[in-house]
Amino acid sequence: MLDYILRRLALMVLTLFGVSVAIFLLLRIVPGNIADILFDSAGLIDPAEKQQIIKDLGLDLPLVEQYARWIGGLAHGDLGFSYVSEKPVLDEILPRIPITARLAGLALLFAVCTGVPFGVISAVRQNTILDYVLRIFSLLFLSMPSFWLGLLVLMAFVNWFGILPIYDKAPATWGALALMLGVPAATVGLRSSALIMRLTRSSMLEVLRQDYVRTARSKGLSEGAVTFVHALRNAVLPVITTIGIETAFLFGGLIVTETVFNIPGVARFLVEAIRWRDYPMVQNLVMFIAIIVVMVNLIVDIAYMFVDPRIRLRA
Amino acid sequence: MMRSRLWLTVACLLATIGSAVAQKQGGTLRVTHRDNPPSASLLEEATISTLMPFMAVFNNLVVFDPASRENRLDRVVPDLATSWALTDDDRTLTFQLRDGIKWHDGKPFTSADVKCTFDIASGKVNGKLRKNPHKTWWFNIKDVATDGDTKVVFHLTDPQPSIMALLAAGFSPIYPCHVAAAEMRTHPIGTGPFKFVEFKQNESIKLVRNADYWKPGRPYLDAIEYTIIPNRATMLLAMATGKFDLTFTTDLTPELTKSLQEQAPATQCVLQPTGTQGNLLVNRERPPFDNEQIRKAMVLSIDRKAFSDILSRGIFEVGGVNMPPPEGHWGWSKEFMESVPGYGADVEKSRDEGRRIMKSLGYGPDNMLPLKVSTRNIPDYRDASVILIDHLKSVYIQGELEPLDSSVWYARLARKDFSVGMNVQGMSVDDPDAIFFENFLCGSERNYTSYCNADLEKKFHEQSQMKDIDARRKLVWEIDKTLQIDAARPVVFHAKAGTCWWPRVHGVNIAMNTIYNHWRFEDVWLDQ
Repeated sequence: MLDYILRRLALMVLTLFGVSVAIFLLLRIVPGNIADILFDSAGLIDPAEKQQIIKDLGLDLPLVEQYARWIGGLAHGDLGFSYVSEKPVLDEILPRIPITARLAGLALLFAVCTGVPFGVISAVRQNTILDYVLRIFSLLFLSMPSFWLGLLVLMAFVNWFGILPIYDKAPATWGALALMLGVPAATVGLRSSALIMRLTRSSMLEVLRQDYVRTARSKGLSEGAVTFVHALRNAVLPVITTIGIETAFLFGGLIVTETVFNIPGVARFLVEAIRWRDYPMVQNLVMFIAIIVVMVNLIVDIAYMFVDPRIRLRA
Repeated sequence: MMRSRLWLTVACLLATIGSAVAQKQGGTLRVTHRDNPPSASLLEEATISTLMPFMAVFNNLVVFDPASRENRLDRVVPDLATSWALTDDDRTLTFQLRDGIKWHDGKPFTSADVKCTFDIASGKVNGKLRKNPHKTWWFNIKDVATDGDTKVVFHLTDPQPSIMALLAAGFSPIYPCHVAAAEMRTHPIGTGPFKFVEFKQNESIKLVRNADYWKPGRPYLDAIEYTIIPNRATMLLAMATGKFDLTFTTDLTPELTKSLQEQAPATQCVLQPTGTQGNLLVNRERPPFDNEQIRKAMVLSIDRKAFSDILSRGIFEVGGVNMPPPEGHWGWSKEFMESVPGYGADVEKSRDEGRRIMKSLGYGPDNMLPLKVSTRNIPDYRDASVILIDHLKSVYIQGELEPLDSSVWYARLARKDFSVGMNVQGMSVDDPDAIFFENFLCGSERNYTSYCNADLEKKFHEQSQMKDIDARRKLVWEIDKTLQIDAARPVVFHAKAGTCWWPRVHGVNIAMNTIYNHWRFEDVWLDQ
């Protein structure tokens, strides 16, 4: 088991190296740099001033040297300075991480807590009205773009309750805090929830037809024990895989949700940093997101071993 | 007549006394902000995104009268300067400065700060500004000298009455000599009514009351908080539900202004010129656009009213490079505008003339001139470009849209790497000096089309030195007309947009002819 984890960790380092090279090169391929953008707001470009900025920021150095400086700094915990705010990258990123982590965590929790039970209900009540309704809704939530759904939710809250659950640094009441956290999390989590629900349903339907489920029923076990202990435990494996993959997708959804709900998190900040060609900020944020995604997938792989003894034994 | 005047005076007096009594101290003004300002340094930026939140941190030597709804030369009032005097030859301008003023960090303000500000702003001294977009404003300053701690003398190359308008602009704050330019980008220090607290990138900006402000009893507000909301729909909903007191200036299109007033009828809104104009850029160095006749045909194809109707349901104004009246002071009268080719009411007649020109050059319906219309890939630019392409077809020009990322747009303009472009440009001061020298001077950085007319340049200087406003206006109109005939940068529309606030906000005075110079907030108060 330890071997397995060590192998996965080695792979993780290789993956992160690949991500670092990819993001570094991609950013430099995109036309324009921070000097161009800075002049954009002034409506002109002074070639001498532009050259000075490029020199000051070290953008005139060879690419290999720029990469080595970044990775060298990263290894020592020095993430560099933001080109825009001229503050240390860490100071800019750190306060935003808890905001996004909270939102992502809640969204994932919402997705699992609604997706799995509804998937089970839909499978157990196959071809009933309840099953049809759940399937229609899941299809609806899968099809709706996050930005549109987000705006719709905001408008609904304004029209029906006269309140707007957007981000507030200091919400006045616990209710306001719950709304401020819950509504965007539910909005971003709905798509994942629908996906998990459909996957749980199909996986459950397959498992419910297996011989061992019939055997469990013939032994006289209660329907609850058959469904949740025997069937769900076996059906949950593909769902766990999906949760790992959805974590990566979640960041895509968060960008839109953070924009619509005006949440000052990492995802929205990343988009702005890309727009400004703020290389140190983008590189380090992408690396941070990559680490999270790789870690979640490692956790998922480890979780497999606990849920399915066959994998544990093979490992 | 006398009696009605008397009543009017009494009513005004009562209103003034009433409002003075009613003004309340305290509260935090919550304002929406449209995007993340590139920095907090007014000397280094040319965008309203920086100016609106940070103007309240500073003072100028002089300002446009905050109580007036017009930015005019005769409405410039003292700020850090208590008085000023010109010598007989109009080339030496002396300012008497206020005594005992302190910077927000406690250091004393002196004439050395004024000198050092204008040495840096005019580019005479390297003050480590990353960029200096308003350098051309100060072309006429030969030298700034101090005379003790409270007197400063500007030596001008030529007489320039409108230098007072430039000094009163929001982008002309006085900077502290003892603070590095780099620090001013992230933590500005001023003498203004509000002190800088924090600027969280893409999140918020916070200012608090300067308790030691030199104007007794001002400011009224305890703090101002800007929340950056890039999504317009979210901003609109937030404003409608009362989460904010004031919108970012001219952040609402005419349609959105209407929508907000429908959702929240109690809000007060003002539709005003944004100071931005859409203009056509033709690279006169690149064939076949080096041919004056083709440029003329392009200009004749433009239906300016159609631009206004499509983009704003007829709210955008038509004019030359100067803001049109009634808001603008230097724009053409309707009658004069009729005399400018391409501005007449009969668009078809102009287009007939354009087609005739193009036919004489060998173009026609079966042999259209292909070109790329380059523009920034943002809606304001893109929408106007699409209309332009449609209009160009009427004179046998087949345009293709080339949307460019913002990071590439100005770099391409600087390299003159374009044939035809659609540009939207802001003017922060309603004064010809701020416009002509910056945009049409031979070799100026912002002269994107490389237009160069030595005779006209002499007239730029001539109008700049004129004291008689009416005579100057006449000359300015003629210069503007020549610029349009020469297709230097044909103006297509002057944009308008809305600013809204809730009735609990008092003292917001929106000037008609600028969005840039009235954001000191020292007279604003909250009734709550």
